[in-house]
Amino acid sequence: MTRPTPESLANRVTPATVAAAVNTVSTTVAPVATTGAGALVRSLEALGVEVAFGIPGGAILPAYDPLFDSKVRHILVRHEQGAGHAATGYAQATGKVGVCIATSGPGATNLVTPIADAYMDSVPIVAITGQVGRPYIGTDAFQEADIQGITLPITKHNFLVQNAEELPRILAEAFHLAATGRPGPVLVDIPKDVLQSQTTFQWPPALDLPGYRPTLHPHGKQIREAARLIAAAKRPVLYVGGGVHKAGATDGLRKLAELTGIPVVTTLMGIGAFPDSHPQHLGMPGMHGTVPAVYAMQKADLLVTLGARFDDRVTGKLDSFAPDAKIVHADIDPAEIGKNRHADVPIVGDARHVIDELIAAVSSTAGGAEQYGAWWSTLNDIRERYPLGYEEPTDGTLAPQYVIERLGEIVGPDAIYCAGVGQHQMWASQFIKYEKPGTWLNSGGAGTMGYAVPAAMGAKVAQPGTTVWAIDGDGCFQMTNQELATCALEGIPIKVAVINNGNLGMVRQWQTLFYDGRYSNTELGTHKHRIPDFVKLAEALGCVGLRCESKDDVDKVIKQAMEINDAPVVIDFTVGKDAMVWPMVAAGTSNDEIMFARDVRPTFDEDDL
Amino acid sequence: MTNKHTLSVLVENKPGVLARVSGLFSRRSFNIDSLAVGETENPDVSRITIVVDAESSPLEQVTKQLNKLVNVLKIVELDPAQSVQRELLLVKVRADRAQRSQVLETVELFRARVIDVAPDTLTIEATGNPDKLDALLRDLEPYGIKEMVQSGLVAIGRGSRSITTGPALRAA
Repeated sequence: MTRPTPESLANRVTPATVAAAVNTVSTTVAPVATTGAGALVRSLEALGVEVAFGIPGGAILPAYDPLFDSKVRHILVRHEQGAGHAATGYAQATGKVGVCIATSGPGATNLVTPIADAYMDSVPIVAITGQVGRPYIGTDAFQEADIQGITLPITKHNFLVQNAEELPRILAEAFHLAATGRPGPVLVDIPKDVLQSQTTFQWPPALDLPGYRPTLHPHGKQIREAARLIAAAKRPVLYVGGGVHKAGATDGLRKLAELTGIPVVTTLMGIGAFPDSHPQHLGMPGMHGTVPAVYAMQKADLLVTLGARFDDRVTGKLDSFAPDAKIVHADIDPAEIGKNRHADVPIVGDARHVIDELIAAVSSTAGGAEQYGAWWSTLNDIRERYPLGYEEPTDGTLAPQYVIERLGEIVGPDAIYCAGVGQHQMWASQFIKYEKPGTWLNSGGAGTMGYAVPAAMGAKVAQPGTTVWAIDGDGCFQMTNQELATCALEGIPIKVAVINNGNLGMVRQWQTLFYDGRYSNTELGTHKHRIPDFVKLAEALGCVGLRCESKDDVDKVIKQAMEINDAPVVIDFTVGKDAMVWPMVAAGTSNDEIMFARDVRPTFDEDDL
Repeated sequence: MTNKHTLSVLVENKPGVLARVSGLFSRRSFNIDSLAVGETENPDVSRITIVVDAESSPLEQVTKQLNKLVNVLKIVELDPAQSVQRELLLVKVRADRAQRSQVLETVELFRARVIDVAPDTLTIEATGNPDKLDALLRDLEPYGIKEMVQSGLVAIGRGSRSITTGPALRAA
């Protein structure tokens, strides 16, 4: 599958670049009479859309008639939220635009969560919603909701289509906006009577986006200034975020890192942009980051920030974050630069161009890892003393970290791992080793419980030849598992590891640490009462259901699941409820207060510096 | 006035654009002092004049976030010294026979105009910068202000240069 290149995302708006940004298909269609619905479906075809996830309903119904005959594969989901996350998983696994479709009113509002999710993680999706007919808009008609107004703050842009003639242009604009610059969700709301009206379809349309000009190429002066700071730094860190994935800049990143010898940290969204096995990789920074990654940033004298945004989960208390560091901040979105932390060298540009130009600029001064000998010896010492790890539960229960670690080792780095939100997500980010871009999908910014199963479904549709594992919690899994019925019927054999600790584990962890162990409303009963019984639930949804309750069975059950390729598989890993995610920087505190384990503060020898 | 900044924002003249702009301000916790919108010499383009109350760094965020809106074409900050800034004030003042001449004297002083007369009130129209209109209101207050309405501030740069050709405000 080809990712869009920065060139194809170029800001000059021509129909050729639109097609390239979407799917490298360029189609020309001479004027032909059709309905608005016909124009919609033909536009999707011309844009190279292969798959759309959705559910029909009254207002969108006209669109489903031509869709019936279309080469666009429509996957009928069980809840619109599933359609939205599936489109997101599809986009994250391919770099292409994901598409979801819903009807007006509740159908559209069910898309709100995945749209907000895609907005926070800058994922290119286009949501198409039906709307009540134009004469009814504003009358509180049946199944009417102002979805354009509702999604105003959570879309990159949105449209309410006023007549059928606009449809091809608006769809082309929607796909262009979603895929280029800083990617994001775009919603197109189409009144029913517009879908039904007669129109003439022709392709390609001319885009009309005079106010949209993303900056791809960084300013040469800023690049030279960044190179100067890199050459002068004693304790630099490459702070790498999801933007590096989106720009397809991972090869360049590796080159830059090896050329300069600078340590690398990858954020939750940046995981996979730099191989976990690489000796220069210190791991993930932030609230549950590794001690070496957090320490390196706190002690750094230079942060070279590439496609990351100084999120509060990374910085901890902002005033005391990386106090001695000068900041080089490269991002395609100028509004991210200086938003949370002042940038000494702001660079606006696509990460691929930024990294390529940085490589050229530092190549004369870069001295590899030896240049930072003292820095590396300190970091290596910290790395040795504070590796990621966990303790076996003393009550004989199964350690969730062990399950996830074994899963990663048995399944390997070629699979796609897709996590929900909570403890299991953090453990999956820590204990699985990611070597390739696009193999770690999760809901980072929004933290959407219920993301994993539908996103894994979307990823599997996008990459049918790749093994896709959803790693979910028992809380998350109960939010969206109905999409397993979709997977079973549509031939989408994903695998789901439910890390079932019987509780809302991350919330329970905070109750343990900050609320005196008063476990208010976090026990789910999936242990105590086996309600629901995930094995029976899986079977009811047309999947194979397996259960694993002891350490001895872990490998066997994972291998058993790996053997099944003709149906979705769900494994209920019944694990202990007391395991906690470490290291941890408590919310609102300084990264200097990082805890390696409960009541264990790392000791740093300041003389090392 | 140190934290007040006047932004001229050129936007596509399309439905919903004002909601996008004003929604952005509330969503990002930016404070708007005044907002005025109208068509420009080009009917496809509207001009929104926004007075923002901000320290300089949030103002940079405001500008950058506004620039991200797809319908926003250009943003220029107007320096008060290099631009003409005007508000419109309509005010209904109590003015019976005994007071009328004094009120009219004030109207004259501020180069305002009487636009409606009733037996016991005068309705006055005045334009000017916010300081002038404040001063006028202070002078009219003793007579009794029955009703008033004020427009948002509009502003235009001095000299022959036009904002449609001048450089845009581009941060970072």
